[in-house]
Amino acid sequence: MANKQPLIRIRKKEDRSFLEKILIKVIFIILALVISALFINSVTKLNPLSVYSSMFKGAFSTPRRIWITVRDTCLLLSIAVGLTPAFRMKFWNTGAEGQMLIGGLMSAAMMIYLGDKIPSALLLVLMFVFSAIAGAVWGFLPAFFKAKYNTNETLFTLMMNYVGIQIVEFFVDVWDKKQSHSVGIINGTSHAGWFPSIFGQQYILNVLIVVLLTAAVFIYLRYTKHGYEVAVTGESESTARYSGINVPKVIIRTMLLSGALCGLAGFTEVAGISHTISVETSGGRGFTAIIVAWLAKLNPLVMVIYSFLIVFLNKGAVQIASDFNLNEYASNIIAGILLFCILASEFYTGYEIVFRHKEEQ
Amino acid sequence: MTGQSLIAWINAAVTFGTVIMFGCVGETLNEKAGGLNLGTPGIMMLGGIASLAGAFFYESAAANPNPVLCVIISLACCIIVSSLAGLLYGFLTITLRANQNVTGLTLTMFGTGVANFFGGSLIKLSGGVGQINVAATSRAFKTMLPFVSSKLGIVSQLLFHYGWLTYVVLIVAFLMQYFFNKTRTGLNLRAVGENPATADAAGIDVTRYKYLASCIGAAIAGIGGLYYVMDYVKGTWANDSGIEALGWLAVALVIFTSWKPKNATWGAYLFGFCYWIFLYVPTGISSFLMKLFKVTKSTYLQNLYKMIPYLVTIIVLIMVSSRKKRENQAPASLGVSYFREER
Repeated sequence: MANKQPLIRIRKKEDRSFLEKILIKVIFIILALVISALFINSVTKLNPLSVYSSMFKGAFSTPRRIWITVRDTCLLLSIAVGLTPAFRMKFWNTGAEGQMLIGGLMSAAMMIYLGDKIPSALLLVLMFVFSAIAGAVWGFLPAFFKAKYNTNETLFTLMMNYVGIQIVEFFVDVWDKKQSHSVGIINGTSHAGWFPSIFGQQYILNVLIVVLLTAAVFIYLRYTKHGYEVAVTGESESTARYSGINVPKVIIRTMLLSGALCGLAGFTEVAGISHTISVETSGGRGFTAIIVAWLAKLNPLVMVIYSFLIVFLNKGAVQIASDFNLNEYASNIIAGILLFCILASEFYTGYEIVFRHKEEQ
Repeated sequence: MTGQSLIAWINAAVTFGTVIMFGCVGETLNEKAGGLNLGTPGIMMLGGIASLAGAFFYESAAANPNPVLCVIISLACCIIVSSLAGLLYGFLTITLRANQNVTGLTLTMFGTGVANFFGGSLIKLSGGVGQINVAATSRAFKTMLPFVSSKLGIVSQLLFHYGWLTYVVLIVAFLMQYFFNKTRTGLNLRAVGENPATADAAGIDVTRYKYLASCIGAAIAGIGGLYYVMDYVKGTWANDSGIEALGWLAVALVIFTSWKPKNATWGAYLFGFCYWIFLYVPTGISSFLMKLFKVTKSTYLQNLYKMIPYLVTIIVLIMVSSRKKRENQAPASLGVSYFREER
């Protein structure tokens, strides 16, 4: 019988301790760094260590850079958190990009049209509310048809991204004063609708909003009846139906929430970071956030780590690009290698490889 | 609208459609085996840059590039690199059972990065922005069919005014349809995608089918990238991720065609037709809309016209789903990893 055993086979391993899991992750992250170093060295002949120190410099060398790293981590985190309710329901929302853009567009529109008419504090509150509503509308449409006809939500939300992009492009042209296809900084002198500095720090409000929203989503999903309904619907729609949950209602309600949260990410970006609107307001973060949310298994705390890791890589790679005269796309390559390694490490936390001779003993 | 501009519109639609049809047919093969590869845009980018690099180095080395060798070299580079990307996707999702969505999105990120990184280097090597041009290879790929492309008047202009890959993809699409429905292997492949446990019990090598579908599917999608570089943009490269945007449309087209390659043959052209509509909207409509939206320049409206392909996709999607036909559904195990011990 022993000969019938394949040489290598895979077995489930569900009892790995927390420490073991961390160790496996660390080993694979080191592996990713080694592969990236080989890549950098083979393409550029540079010393990988000096490249890594340059990356570190890009993200942390000055207090301002640290703040920017924190700010961007929070932004990515807020989108990932926004996706969480939908993903917990197994509703594959690939439309964060569009929901964020349309939220940002709403904020920018209010800054432009209401900037000199109402006090800034009131304006900020209105922007908060209406960009959430705009994002929610973008989430509602696919959810409504999913609930009614079981329309494929992955494609629907993906297409809504492009609709959002084109609407933003349209308004960029309309609001552009100089025919340069760019809106420029909105309210650059009055700062109406900008996040105020708190204790002399520009980005505290960004962090605060994201931390509060993350906590709220965590509590909503974990400790409320709504959150329970979302979880049951995600596990099995039939079970949810038999236990008396109104599945269409849960789908629509949850996507309204998810869309609103992504819309708020657009608000944070426009009012708190760039103070302008363009398709770069989302700039692919909606897709990156999907990776973050899934890798973290929808756990907000773990999402912080992954968001940080990706933002760090981005900042670092931009720094390398300018320090060593490389092309900035190196950051995508290094991020890709790292994520591939993390994906591979997931395997070892859930399975183990068994060789034949071990089996015979 | 004049007849001439209608012909131009149709020609543009067909060229556009060919790019996404390659992507769609490749991705359909993978999805029929249960692998949802959101890395298709990245694979198309990789296929595009590989073919460009191959052609570039051959054309710089050879004094008189031979068209046949041009085609063989760039096609081989494209197929090798894109099927390697499919292999990577397969290794992570099939053997290591990683989440398909994350793996795919990461592959897109990685592929875009690699393509633009090396694209930038090639641009530098060839002396600056807008300088890279693999004219000989592009010409070889744009070769039209003899006789029918010139001698039939309007019919030639409408149907035969395209590079030969345009017809290859049509053949591939119909062969794929035949393969799914009429061959033993195709039936087995669909069984793997519908219910891998049952297929496994029936003696089908699930892992092998999934790997082959991933690699061959990726290779076909990669040729879409090649076609984009060699025909659609005529042998040039720009770091603008244009292929990536078309790649997402290819993924959308798979669902749009309800996993039937034969539908891709018209669906892709329909997308192309809608995509280029913004250049051909009658001026009457434009001026009416300009008054309606109080817009000063008609080019601003083009942004809104560019929404049309996506809106059409959404509307068709809703209509198809409201009819709830069973044969229009996705493969049952799409997106789910298979592990024998979990049966």
